[in-house]
This record gives sequence, C-alpha cells and structure tokens, in this order.
Amino acid sequence: MPGVLFFAFFAVVPMVLAFYLSFTSWDGLGDPQPVGLDNWRKLVNDDRMVQSLWLTVLLTAASWVFQTVIALLLGVWAAGRQRNRAVLSAIFFVPFLLSSTAIALLFYALLDPNFGIIQENILGSSSGAFLAIVFVGGWQFIPFHTLIYQGGARQIPEVLYQAAAIDGAGRYRQFFSITLPQLRHTVTTSTVLLVVGSLTYFETVLILTKGGPGTDTAILPYLMYEAGFKSYDFGYASAIASFLVVAATGLSLILVRLTGFGSMRSTREGM
Amino acid sequence: MESISGRSNGGRPTGGQPTGESPGSLGSRTFDSRTFSRRWVLGAGATTLLTTGLTACGSGDGSGGGSSTITAMVYGDDAVKVQTAAVDRFNKSAASKSAKGKVKLEKVPGSDYSAKLRTAMGSPSAPDVFFNWGGGSIKAYQEANQLIDLTDTIADDPVLKSGFLPSVLAAGGLGGRNYGIPMRGMQPVILFYNKSVFAEHKLQPPTTWAELQDINAKLKAARITPFALGGADTWTELMWLEYLVDRIGGPEVFAKIQGGDASAWGDPAVLKAAETVKELIDDGAFGSKFSSVSYVNGGAPAVFAKGKAAMHLMGSWEYSTQLGKFPSFAKNNLGWCAFPTVEGGTGDIRNVVGNPTNYWSVNARTQNKDAAIAFLKDCASETYAKALVANGDIPTTANAAKLLEASPNPEFATFQYEMVEKAPAFTLSWDQALGADIATPMLTEINKLFVGKSSPSQFVSALKELK
Repeated sequence: MPGVLFFAFFAVVPMVLAFYLSFTSWDGLGDPQPVGLDNWRKLVNDDRMVQSLWLTVLLTAASWVFQTVIALLLGVWAAGRQRNRAVLSAIFFVPFLLSSTAIALLFYALLDPNFGIIQENILGSSSGAFLAIVFVGGWQFIPFHTLIYQGGARQIPEVLYQAAAIDGAGRYRQFFSITLPQLRHTVTTSTVLLVVGSLTYFETVLILTKGGPGTDTAILPYLMYEAGFKSYDFGYASAIASFLVVAATGLSLILVRLTGFGSMRSTREGM
Repeated sequence: MESISGRSNGGRPTGGQPTGESPGSLGSRTFDSRTFSRRWVLGAGATTLLTTGLTACGSGDGSGGGSSTITAMVYGDDAVKVQTAAVDRFNKSAASKSAKGKVKLEKVPGSDYSAKLRTAMGSPSAPDVFFNWGGGSIKAYQEANQLIDLTDTIADDPVLKSGFLPSVLAAGGLGGRNYGIPMRGMQPVILFYNKSVFAEHKLQPPTTWAELQDINAKLKAARITPFALGGADTWTELMWLEYLVDRIGGPEVFAKIQGGDASAWGDPAVLKAAETVKELIDDGAFGSKFSSVSYVNGGAPAVFAKGKAAMHLMGSWEYSTQLGKFPSFAKNNLGWCAFPTVEGGTGDIRNVVGNPTNYWSVNARTQNKDAAIAFLKDCASETYAKALVANGDIPTTANAAKLLEASPNPEFATFQYEMVEKAPAFTLSWDQALGADIATPMLTEINKLFVGKSSPSQFVSALKELK
C-alpha cells in the first residue's frame, strides 16, 4: 500500500498534471491559460520534433546494439564460476555506481579538443557528438545489463551443456543453440529497460553537447527541457512529456507482446 | 571551474543543469486554495518534466510583528561578495530600522539562476528583490504584473535619480518605465588580443575590417589561429553577430527587432553579418575545433592565453577570468581594443554591445516595499561602488570615474568606463534583450550557422519566423 501511494503521488499525479498542462499555455508565472489543442498541433507540425524523434530512435537503436552485444557476451563470460571472473566483474560494475552527471562531466573533460586525451573536434561534429553520447551511455549502463545477463546465464541448467557436449557440440554451437535461446526472456527484460532508458536519456546530452552542434543531438527529453526550462513554454514541454510517456509505454508493451514475454511460456520445455 | 563559470556567465545563463536541490525552507505564508493548486501544478508538472524534479524554492518568511525580513535572490558567482557585504551593512543601518525590515540574501549557483528564479516567482515563496539583466529578462514578470514600477521612486529620489549613468539606468527598464536599479559592474564586449603574439608578428590592433583580414592572413601563415572562440557555448558566437550587425547596419537594426518587429531580421545587415561570419569560419579564423571548445570550462581563455589564438572577442569579465587562471598573461600581455568598423557599414566604432550591468528588481508581492527600496538605494552609495571597484568591476554609478584609480588595473578600468560612457549606442546582448521564448530558438539558429548546419540565407529566414 505505501508503494501504491508513493507511485500515485510521485508518478501518476505529476503525469496527469503534465497532461493537463499540455492543453494550456503557461510560462511559469500566473495561471495556466487553456489553449485547447494548440500545443499538440505544434507538436505534429514542428520540424525540430521530427528531427528529435528520428534522433531518439537512432540513439535507442545504436545504444541497443552497442550495449546488448557487449553486455550479453560479458554477462555470459562472467557467469562462469572462476575466481578471476568474479573479481573482474566487480571492477566492470564500477561505472554503474557513479552518477550520470559525474560520468558526463568526466567524459566532457576527456573529450576537450585542446586539453583532453583525444584532441579532435568530437563533440563539435554531428556524428562525433552522437557517437560520444552512445558511447558514454554504454560505458555507464553496460555493467547493469551485464549483471542481468550474468544472472540469466547462471539460470541455464548445466545438464543442457553436458548433453550438448556428448552430442559433440563445440563452444560456439553451445552458445548459439543453448545460451542464446535460453536467454530469450533476459534479452527482453534488458531490451525493455534499455529502450525506456534511452527514451528518457537526458543528463549526458545536456552536459556533453547541449543538444548541439546545432540541433543534431537534441533528442526528445532534451527538446522537452529546452521548451520548459529555456523557453519557459511549459505547455509545449508538457505536450512533449506526455508524448514521451505514451511512446515509452507503448513501445514496452509492443516489445513484450512481440517477444512472447507476456504469455510466459517456459524456455525449458521438456525439462 | 566555479569562478570561471561564474564570471563568464556574468549576464548570460548558459545551459542550466537541472539539479533538484531546493535551497531554503518553504515559506511560512499561508496557502490559500488558489496558490496551493498552482503550487501543485508547478511542483508536480516540473517533476514530470525532469525526473530529478524541481521544487518551488525560496524562503520568504513574512513573519508579523515589528519588523520583517525580505529575501533578495542573486546570481551566486564570485562577485556576490559585494552584495553580501551590502546586505550586512544594510541590516545594521538606520535605513533598515526605519523601514522595519532586514534583507536575507539567497545565492543561486550561476547556471541554474534563470530557471530557478522563474519557478520561484511562480510560487507563493517568491523573493522580494531579485537580480536580473533588465530588458527581455524581466519582460515576462512585467507582463504578469509581478514587478514594482520604480519610475516615480527614482524620479522623486535625488540619490537614485542622479546616482547612475542614465543610459544604464534606462536599460534596466521596459517601454520607458524603470524596473531595475543597477547593482553590478558594466560588461561591454571587447576585442582582446595577445600582446606578445602581436609584437612577435609586428601587428597592430585592427580598426577596420580590411586590417582585420590582413592580420588573419599573417597569423594563419604563422600557424596561429586568429580568434579563440568557445563555440560550445552559443552566446560566445552571438557576440560576433551583435557587433557585425551593429557595424554594418548600425544599432537601429537590432533596436527594431527588440521592439518586436520580427521582419527586421530581414534587414540586409543581418544577412551581410551572417555571410561575414561564414567567410570567417571558411577562412579558418576560428580554427577547426571551435565548435567543441567551451568558454565556461576555461578552454577558450586557455587557448588565448597560451598564444594558440591571437584574439578573443569577449565580455569585459575576460580580464578577471584571465587574472584568475593566467595572472601573468592578464597583467603583462592582455591587450584590448574596440571592435573594428566594416567598410561600407554605418555603425560607429564607438558603439558597444554587451550587458550594461545587472539590476535589482522588486517583486510586486513584497510585504515590505519600504525596506526593499531602502536596500536598493545602497547601490548608489560610494561605499557600494568602491566595493565593486575593489572586485575589479566598473560601477555604473555617476561617481565611478574618480574611483577607478583604486581598481586592480586602472588602465583597463578607465578604458572600459570611457568606452561605455562615450558610446553613442549600447546594444543590450540580444539574448537578454529578447524574451526567453525568442532568445532560445535564436541561439539555436546562431549555433546552426556557426557549425555550418544552415546557410546565411537559411539563417535569416529562420530568424524571421521567430515570434
């Protein structure tokens, strides 16, 4: 019950209010003035919104590929019982314990074109800035997804591998025929978290690029921040926020449905 | 970093970080149902916008009884020590006793200032007196009837009326009415140059665009970047357009835009200025990496001080920034001059752009207007001006000229004071002159021009759309 209250007060109530604000014009002073669908019309017709949406999709896809491949391999590797793996896994986990802001500031300093370790115009070029954001996000969150895959891989019954070994399956065959299929639900879990996380990715963009160069890394959460706390157009910012809530919820539902996660079929049929 | 970002921001809030801190306690004023609901909308809406949340802040405790405490919200950089001293002095003064009020200073870290002020002003615990940049920065508050009109107060008070440079006092108002009292140093934008680089290559500071291009060619031949530019902070790029538009088309061009005429962006001077910027960029005048160099983290000042770049167009705070980071460079090799004229242009070389100064404005909902006004009067005092001078700032008070000898660098102080005093026109920084709703997309378009994402003509047509 406290959990429900907490969720209602800190998630549902603000969401409902943001939805209400999206039908008003409000600059933070005085009372919000109802403007009907103006903000939503602007949302549909805004060129920056189109670019922003595309960048968000691109960032989500790139982050998924980057993080999933590395986290999956690392997680399966870390699932082994060897002592050195336990020690190394603990070290790999450190980035996830740092705050996003600290990480972003750290990389901002490292990428400085005159005094950093890579003295190139990375954050000032469109592709460089985008890749930097994908990389820094990955650096931070791969440890978390590694942990999920490690847990998932440890759940796979040893007998499957033993049987496969008897049948003459090598290491790669075992990975593709046993480990990967068995981790199907783990991939879904990790993917949903990753996608929703990418959709609300914000601090790193703010600190590394401020949406730039130009508007080339202004993903949706940044566009929302800019509308709200730079232009003080809280009505429009709330429309973007509401859109994000709908998009994130919709996407995770679709993912769960597509992957069959919802029907809870056992991955260990016949065991 | 704090000192640099504080000085450098002087006047321009750059990307604010949405930290969720809420300084001070909630006010003890009673909530009536209306303010309560607004507070809800504010707090809750903001929480959704930023997962970190942003609490309505402030600490206006309007306690009853004999005397009350009013709060003054101020931009919390290095220079805030002048205001801290002024508050201490005021709270012990006879003026404070007769107005039955004391002042409590609330310092807000630089980059968060504007957003925090906006949320505080929309809440029941708004500050009574607050720091601002005049012009467009207070427009929304004026339109929401949240400011006290100080025009008559100033006219009736000899100290305030004759205490400040008239042009500076006027820039703190809107539509001919006064809403602000100058409270910090002047911040004109100046073309700084590295004296040792200039001496080594036998160069003189440019007074015309042709001379500037000649200097650029010589510097590039010597593999030195002509201009340092912290392009990761868009307001540094804005300074170039401000001066170019002034020199090409005169101060009237932006004055029209500031007056609300978006079609004035279509003036040929704006296009010419944008084309000139593009020529400079294509010519390598800012080097190849300027778009990822930042001013705020000390990148551009370091490039300049180390002689990798020969010149730097920057606000007058560049001097104290360099004094903090590279003291020997600031004392021995930092040179300064006016922005050159452009051939065929109508702008006077004496015209200045930048921030005249910062201002205190008074919240219309203050419970002790007398105390607030009494506190503002202290800014016109000689003690206050002396404190500014000691901090390296140039006061905008009428008596400033005779105090400048006490400045850490009298030569630079005098140059700056005369520059502003003799300027036929002082154009307020565009981002402060226009409201945030226009300034924000304008800065985005400027950045797009500088990084080559839009052409000069695309730039102009995008600006004409800003309303």
